[in-house]
Amino acid sequence: MENFQYILPEIFISIAIMLFLLVGVFKKNSSNLIYSLSTISLVILLALIINLSSLDKIYLFNSSYKIDNLSNYMKIILVGSGVFVMLTGSKYIQVINLNKIEYPILILSSILGMMIMISSNDLIVFYMGLELQSLALYVLASFNRDNLLSTESGLKYFVLSALSSGLLLYGCSLIYGFSESTNFDQILINSTEFNYGTTFGIVFILVGLAFKISAVPFHMWAPDVYQGSPTSVTLFFAILPKIAALSVFIKFLYTPFANMNDQWQTIIVFISIASMIFGAVAAIGQKNLKRLIAYSSISHMGYALAGLSTVSNQGIQSSITYISIYLVMNLAFFSCLFMLKRNDKYYENIEDLSGLSKKHPILSLSLLIVLFSLAGIPPLAGFFAKFYVFLAVIEQSMYFLAIVGLLATVVAAFYYLRIIKIIYFDPEKEEYETSHNLGLKITLAISTIFILAYFIYPSSITEIVSKITMI
Amino acid sequence: MNFPILSSLILLPTIGALFILFTKSSSIKYQSSKYVALFISLANFLLSLYLWYVFDRNSVDFQFVENREWLSGFINYKVGIDGISILFVILITFITPICIISVNATITNRLKDFLIAILIMETFMIGVFCSLDLVVFYLFFEAGLIPMFLIIGIWGGERRVYSAFKFFLYTLLGSVLMLVAIISIYWITGTTDVEKLYELGIKAEYQNLLWLAFFSSFAVKTPMWPVHTWLPDAHVEAPTVGSVLLAAILLKMAGYGFIRFSLGLFPIASENFTMLVYILSLIAIIYTSLVALMQEDMKKLIAYSSVAHMGFVTLGIFTMTQQGIEGSIFQMISHGLVSAALFLSVGVVYERHHTRLINRYGGLVSIMPRYAIVFMVFTLGALGLPGTTGFIGEFLILMGAFEKNILVAMIASLGVILGAAYMLWLFKRVVFGEMNNQELKSMKDLKTFEIITLSALVIPILFFGFYPEPLMNSIEASVENTLNMYNFDLINYLASKN
Repeated sequence: MENFQYILPEIFISIAIMLFLLVGVFKKNSSNLIYSLSTISLVILLALIINLSSLDKIYLFNSSYKIDNLSNYMKIILVGSGVFVMLTGSKYIQVINLNKIEYPILILSSILGMMIMISSNDLIVFYMGLELQSLALYVLASFNRDNLLSTESGLKYFVLSALSSGLLLYGCSLIYGFSESTNFDQILINSTEFNYGTTFGIVFILVGLAFKISAVPFHMWAPDVYQGSPTSVTLFFAILPKIAALSVFIKFLYTPFANMNDQWQTIIVFISIASMIFGAVAAIGQKNLKRLIAYSSISHMGYALAGLSTVSNQGIQSSITYISIYLVMNLAFFSCLFMLKRNDKYYENIEDLSGLSKKHPILSLSLLIVLFSLAGIPPLAGFFAKFYVFLAVIEQSMYFLAIVGLLATVVAAFYYLRIIKIIYFDPEKEEYETSHNLGLKITLAISTIFILAYFIYPSSITEIVSKITMI
Repeated sequence: MNFPILSSLILLPTIGALFILFTKSSSIKYQSSKYVALFISLANFLLSLYLWYVFDRNSVDFQFVENREWLSGFINYKVGIDGISILFVILITFITPICIISVNATITNRLKDFLIAILIMETFMIGVFCSLDLVVFYLFFEAGLIPMFLIIGIWGGERRVYSAFKFFLYTLLGSVLMLVAIISIYWITGTTDVEKLYELGIKAEYQNLLWLAFFSSFAVKTPMWPVHTWLPDAHVEAPTVGSVLLAAILLKMAGYGFIRFSLGLFPIASENFTMLVYILSLIAIIYTSLVALMQEDMKKLIAYSSVAHMGFVTLGIFTMTQQGIEGSIFQMISHGLVSAALFLSVGVVYERHHTRLINRYGGLVSIMPRYAIVFMVFTLGALGLPGTTGFIGEFLILMGAFEKNILVAMIASLGVILGAAYMLWLFKRVVFGEMNNQELKSMKDLKTFEIITLSALVIPILFFGFYPEPLMNSIEASVENTLNMYNFDLINYLASKN
């Protein structure tokens, strides 16, 4: 029982979820109340996690749950971005009539699932967390149920995700069969000898995880789901599951499979290169901003995985730095997207940005900064994210990966430039509304200033991340 | 020296830009923003002149060095200047106020944004020439793309989007390989500090590949044949001021990079690839001069002449002789002044007559006598007449080339003749000849601000043409030092090989 203090955040959020569910059932028209309460409870959750973050390494519940620097940092950025997702989306879900009690509760349950994933040290606990977050995400994707695209995206996500979960489970059972344990550390100890069963298990698990992180060739769901889901859910999709999946990736590769890096390194390198190139090329022809950002996130995941493929602490840290900067850039981008509102209608096509800079100079400037940062042009934060990754990649003399990755950034730069061109060079269109809720403005301001001013103190994230060592 | 004078030089324009961004200008013409920008850029110019004044010409070390911890201890923010970079810094701070004064004529919409872009650009460009760390250099080198992309794209001509994209993607493609090389250098030697790298040296086995990676970036930026095609497009579509910035400052970054990094860090590889650079430079000189001859668009002609002039610069640098390198630096400064002046001159007639086609002009001498005089000075400067800065640069480069390879020098000398041909022919067609076009009659001679900007450029072109000593004086020690290090490394290498 004395262990419970360490999982106080998880307990707190579980209780909050059930409580809000009860409130929602018994109190009429309580959706706004629950939305605010959920946001507040996320802030409290964040405080609780930060409070625990001084812990170095603790095993709980018969070593099936592990709290360490990695899980603490990942949970902090997970819940932190969760708060901003709630802040930015509040107006949006009211306008498009999605303000139901289930919405915040589903988000909270999904976050709970992700937290369990991040801290898991056991195949079964991991799978439970994964399913909890996935089930909530299926519903969230199709939350706008009167909209054909949204329903389609939910169904698509469900079918494909279930398939990948099946593969993942099959991989888990193979691993269990050959290593006689579900505990990550025990698997590491038991799997010193090479055998095909474990290798197949690794492949299946990597496939399942690559699906969750939307890396090529398991990315097919991402564009449709991104486009079909309500924008606030897309933002959620673009950030939180990626954080959780990346930390699980790190966990799997560097705890149970740490001895078998010669087995998985090539796979990760391939997935990484394929994602970088495919994401960059496929985004060129897109007309819908959400679809475009889906492809862009595929290629960004490629860079994050490139760091993981190096089998070095430097590489892991660079990946974590990458995803931290990536989430800020996405927050900023989607905040801009939420501002494209006119007469209670949100616009999300690239053409809708035409000539934006004339009437909305500040919004356009923010978009400009975000897009150049996504393209990885110095001195913006996105450059440093890529710089760290390639620093780690080249340290291991993986020149091919580095050169392909950097050439892909040139291709990717093209479609970001295209958006900038439309914003700045094209003739103007109708004006958008200029009054936005405070949460949205604050998010945009914080994230843009972060991106812009990151170069002044570029060690800020690296110093925190440098505590995370897996090898 | 406790006062961070170089950092203030770098940051001052950005502070000005922020000031302009956050103040509301009451009138539509944004006069107050313009004065702020002008004030800031002039202050920066004076600061750089002061820097030149206190600069120790006899020292070969980097001066005014600032070294701060920056990237979690392994990469430092390090800036400093030597005799070579200080001239470029002054060139930048000198050209920027001229650009801001000339903004009047060419930029009609969104003046405020334009001023911000120019000032931000100045920050990045000064940063490029001051940085003494490869990563910091790369940061400034690449960051300059953003304002230039916007300048071409927002205020450019008809095909501005195409040109802006071409400019951006070409240079980015060249630069990413340099980034790989920089990171590799970090892992090979454990530092990206240029001074330390000079001392440590890089192992011969790595040099060729690293040199090629740097070359891919610099060759695009120079621009060298065959990757020069972005330049005519960018120049033609950019607004006058954009062309001035591009020609006077941006093109110099690569030449500077060749001297500072290719020669300084990879001497053995530079020696190996000398012939490649010679051949590419010669093609640039002869081929683009011929192309320039046939141009019908004034800006395009000057753009191609820039490629030819930069061909001389790369040729001079890779002669690895004192004269050659000094000549190249001089040629870059001279080209910075002359091409800026030529683009401004084209801007003058373009603003009045709204065309850049050469055959639409003629006989301007009778209606715009003042214009004819300054344009003549710039034309003569471009073709390298003795008494202008252009002559000294080309002369020294050819001297260096003769010392190393007579054939190369002879072919390059042909370029001088071709240069004279296309410039004089341009001058003849625009200024002399008969005035066929009646619309030209209404054109007015130079306005006050045009007289200010153009004569500000005439003075240094003639002054340093007759008396190059102040410039030569400041580069001599640094060039000698670069060459000494170069030869020292090379001899050591050859000795170890035998």
